[in-house]
Amino acid sequence: MSFKRKDLVGLKDLSAEEILFILGTAEKFKEIGKRDVKKVPTLKGRTVVNLFFEPSTRTRTSFEIAGKRLSADTINFSSSSSSTSKGETLIDTVKNIESMNTDVFVVRHAFSGSVKFIAENTCARVVNAGDGTNEHPTQALLDLLTIKEHKKDFANLNVAIIGDITHSRVARSNIWAMQKLGMNIKLFGPKTMMPAHPEPFGCKICSSIEEALENTDVVMMLRIQMERQSKTLLPSVKEYSRLYGLNAEKMKLAKKDALIMHPGPINRGVELASNAADSAQSVILEQVENGVAVRMAVLYLLGIKTEVK
Amino acid sequence: MNNNNEKSETGKIEKEILNKHELDSIITRITFQILEKCSNFENIALIGIKRRGAILADRINDKIKDHSGKKVPVGYLDITLYRDDLTEIADYPLLSGTEIDFRVKGKNIILIDDVIFTGRTVRSALDAIIDFGRPEKIILTCLIDRGHRELPIQADFTGKYVPTSLDEKINVKLRELDEVDSVSIEKNEDGV
Repeated sequence: MSFKRKDLVGLKDLSAEEILFILGTAEKFKEIGKRDVKKVPTLKGRTVVNLFFEPSTRTRTSFEIAGKRLSADTINFSSSSSSTSKGETLIDTVKNIESMNTDVFVVRHAFSGSVKFIAENTCARVVNAGDGTNEHPTQALLDLLTIKEHKKDFANLNVAIIGDITHSRVARSNIWAMQKLGMNIKLFGPKTMMPAHPEPFGCKICSSIEEALENTDVVMMLRIQMERQSKTLLPSVKEYSRLYGLNAEKMKLAKKDALIMHPGPINRGVELASNAADSAQSVILEQVENGVAVRMAVLYLLGIKTEVK
Repeated sequence: MNNNNEKSETGKIEKEILNKHELDSIITRITFQILEKCSNFENIALIGIKRRGAILADRINDKIKDHSGKKVPVGYLDITLYRDDLTEIADYPLLSGTEIDFRVKGKNIILIDDVIFTGRTVRSALDAIIDFGRPEKIILTCLIDRGHRELPIQADFTGKYVPTSLDEKINVKLRELDEVDSVSIEKNEDGV
């Protein structure tokens, strides 16, 4: 088994074997972060461009650290300084940067499908760092790596994903991948934030947080995008916190060794109370640590071959 | 020594050059050479290059324990990420992972591999070890030296010199991975 694709656009199209292969590779990369010299020469001479058309600090930093630990030259390109704001088309921007002999694009964009569009129109390798409400594959992979470290085996694990399911690319990537790995998924959130047609997901839709948490191995809380949807989709943050937020008390309904996960950054007191976010069951900071290893694995698997040019 | 030629699965001629007992004697001799060379016993550590060098490191460590009663730290090195031909090899190389859980800084490192050929693997291993910290000394030990160096690297201790031609192959089989202990040389039929 190996990973022979040109790009990583999403997890929907990957097989369980490919997902497990990336996770296995990422496990080997974790050790590098613990060395005195946190660097290997693997991608020396390769150029990785972080093309962020939507603001992000932690994902971009995580990719940047991952690239640098592999000795690639990582360059950040953000929309505020880009020429797209001057009217240049997306593909023109990509083609221009590609002309500078770049090898890998890490792309974040507010529109679903834009990363796939870029991948189809460039010879460089493309990694999706989040496109609209579609997918965020490396986030799901780091979630899976964290789960694997704690639970050893994926089959028959019960996972509750709680929050804004409709707008969450993290939820979507996780759902595709978790189903392939044999996990049972329960979804819960305000009606305004649940997909109108949940059937294609094939997940159990819960009607209360109690039902979602019961007998659960992993509780994945999603971030409320305060800056975007909350004004129209939520009557009040306080009410959201009471009905859909997680605290230590509610957590008792889940299995004793259940994990608390969150893609970050946390809105403390909204989706997660501090007594849950900082509890021993919380693996949120481990997720961040695993993010670098997963992104190193993805850049390694895509970046060492450039013959597609 | 067993001089019987056997046809391998690939249809090539395979000739055994070391049997189980000879292999074991060589590992014992190498162990004593290491013990003689390292007067400051507290300061040595073994690092085996995965995969067969790692197994040899374990076996040498067992013998050190038998003869001196002391344990030495052992690490295992995967040099894949340090290879200079990573972009040229046909398939995506699988990572087997590096496991070095002792401090390399200031140690006398005994670096162990099964076969030394071009010297490129050892160069990669030296780079990798130095990234873990600055060792006081690195001593190279190889079971088989088959020649054809492309870099100026020589082993301090060699189990056996085996002059080969470039189309020949050395197969080191160790029971932990291959069920038998044996070293053989594989040649094309017309080359015999």
